[in-house]
Amino acid sequence: MPDSGPRSLDELVVGKEVVIVCGSGGVGKTTTAAALGAMAAVTHGGRVLVLTVDPARRLADALGLPEFGNEARRVPPAAFGPAGSEARGELWAAMLDTKQSWDALVHRHAPDAETEARILENPLYQNVAGKFVQSHDYIAVERLYELHREGRFDLIVVDTPPTRNAVDFIEAPERMAELFSSRLLRLLIAPYRSRMVNLASRPFYQVADRILGSDFLSDIAEFFILFQTMYSGFVERARAVEALLAERRTTFVVVSTLEAAPAHEAEFFMKLLRAKRFHVGGLVLNRVLPAYLADPVVSDSAARVVAEADRLAEVLYPLVDAEAPKVASVLAEVGETCRNLQVVARAEATQRDQLSVLAEVVATAPELEADIHDLAGLLRLGRSIWG
Amino acid sequence: MGDLLDRRLIFVTGKGGVGKTTVAASLALLSAERGRRTLVCEVDAKGNLAESFEAGPTGFEPREISARLWAMSMDTEASLRQYLSLQLRLPVVARIGPLAKMFDYVATAAPGVREIVTVGKLCWEVREGHYDTVVVDASASGHVVGQLAAPQAINQLVKVGLVRLQTGWMLDILGDPATTGVVVVATPAEMPVSETLGLVERLRDETNVALAAVVVNRVLPELFSRQEEELFDRLASDELRGALEVELGVDPRPLFEAARFMVATRRSRTEHLERLRRGIDAEVPLLYVPYLFLRSHGLRATHQVADALGAELGY
Repeated sequence: MPDSGPRSLDELVVGKEVVIVCGSGGVGKTTTAAALGAMAAVTHGGRVLVLTVDPARRLADALGLPEFGNEARRVPPAAFGPAGSEARGELWAAMLDTKQSWDALVHRHAPDAETEARILENPLYQNVAGKFVQSHDYIAVERLYELHREGRFDLIVVDTPPTRNAVDFIEAPERMAELFSSRLLRLLIAPYRSRMVNLASRPFYQVADRILGSDFLSDIAEFFILFQTMYSGFVERARAVEALLAERRTTFVVVSTLEAAPAHEAEFFMKLLRAKRFHVGGLVLNRVLPAYLADPVVSDSAARVVAEADRLAEVLYPLVDAEAPKVASVLAEVGETCRNLQVVARAEATQRDQLSVLAEVVATAPELEADIHDLAGLLRLGRSIWG
Repeated sequence: MGDLLDRRLIFVTGKGGVGKTTVAASLALLSAERGRRTLVCEVDAKGNLAESFEAGPTGFEPREISARLWAMSMDTEASLRQYLSLQLRLPVVARIGPLAKMFDYVATAAPGVREIVTVGKLCWEVREGHYDTVVVDASASGHVVGQLAAPQAINQLVKVGLVRLQTGWMLDILGDPATTGVVVVATPAEMPVSETLGLVERLRDETNVALAAVVVNRVLPELFSRQEEELFDRLASDELRGALEVELGVDPRPLFEAARFMVATRRSRTEHLERLRRGIDAEVPLLYVPYLFLRSHGLRATHQVADALGAELGY
């Protein structure tokens, strides 16, 4: 690693305009994104936006916001007060509303009001915008692009959707552009544009009609015909969105725990990001066991306490006013617990070594005893990974 | 409601990272051990299921990996092709080349198609009786409702055609609580419990599939009784620790810290366990699986979780 590279998340984030936080489900991604945003607002100043896709009330509560949606809202400065830190900058938060964002996109690209209305009423569109998983990925990147382009924020921290793997997120613009420019799509909607059906494609329509019924097929066709009116704007846009992800101003921060499955996914994802030449700036490891547990000296003494519990109890029991067997049982339990935790801590250390080479900066956060419920808690987590 | 593993179709789901795949693999293992021909299917083809069995990669074609146990991975394209040929009896020409690719595009664009071929394949295996039990390592809680509700959604979206005719029997299989059930996996932590309670509500409101059980994974052991904890506190005091240090020749402080860490972590999780118990109907069993202090995550872990679940189910 070159000497000029960042040595901490602090140094990494200060040089970026977009930080994309990703990782598999359940690793503390949303909380980490919020903590990074809060730390940037406190230490670097400027206007920082945390764009989340997690509808959990908890984050809104933690940020002192009664509610938040597609429109960015400022976290009240008072929320920083009890947290004991003076924020140099402003912290804002927005939650991605998939349906609203799609509607806004249609509004922007539709050639006229009538087309816009017809798209919004199309049953397939309503399903795509509301439920379709991949549309969620695309619209998240699209919304990021829009917010970045507006230039209202110095830094945008994005918490990515809980996709099966975050690959879908980075590939969404590419796939969307592909879909709209595909020959297959044109073939699909051709018969609805003219009565002339190409002989070669006839079996397809017969089959499709048998399976899906013509109503549904015409809904699909109408949807794509209408969407094609937005074609050039849309594809251009998808390309621009894709370009933003690859820019120098953008970095990816991968979040994981050191359990086997999430770590495995984080490794796969970081390798893929690197292969695609995206910037993998940081790796945040959450819920890591304390370092002393992996210490061989501790392991040695734990083993001895278990093996010599009876002898040690004989020495200690007069001092604690309890029967020797009870003392022995507690001591053995203490030693056994320590050894149990050590097995996990050692596996974690190995896992961590393997992952660490894949990101510029690696930060670890301990297992928190209490859940985070306010900005103070977010900042506490933030400080533990920031330096 | 009968025994959990007497059901024919069991969907295992839960928030990401709670050990859903391990629980699905363990239930399948238990089912096979009890003499039932069992198919276990991974829906999100990430390969984690194969790791749970350490029996090589799984594909769309089920493979026997131990006595009475077959494993497969869902592949929506392959499933769609099978569906087209076996159920809709389409000519070969529609299933190959550009036309198949076209269907893939339609499937990408049309919500529910991917879901219906996934759920359809699983229901079909049950209907045809190829296996006594099908255990599904289903999608995480965010997507599983969409999958299970797909037959109904298709019914609303597609008014005519063969697909609509096909959804009727699927709904019958999914809607019979003696045949089909969902197992939700949680861990005793805030978000997994909240998500589990939210999921249980959505399953009830948006699907016709019954909740069969909730598995609480990674439950930390209770280290001390109240009396023992008092004794522990005295042993951890400076004076006693000094005496112990003399005996051991090293500072025993990290040992006490480790035990205290475990006690504190367990305690912080108790309230979430209680919230879970209160939020789930009393007749739905909660099955507890202890935290496994293991190095490995493969077959050994699967067997241990299976043993724990077996004990909870009274086998």
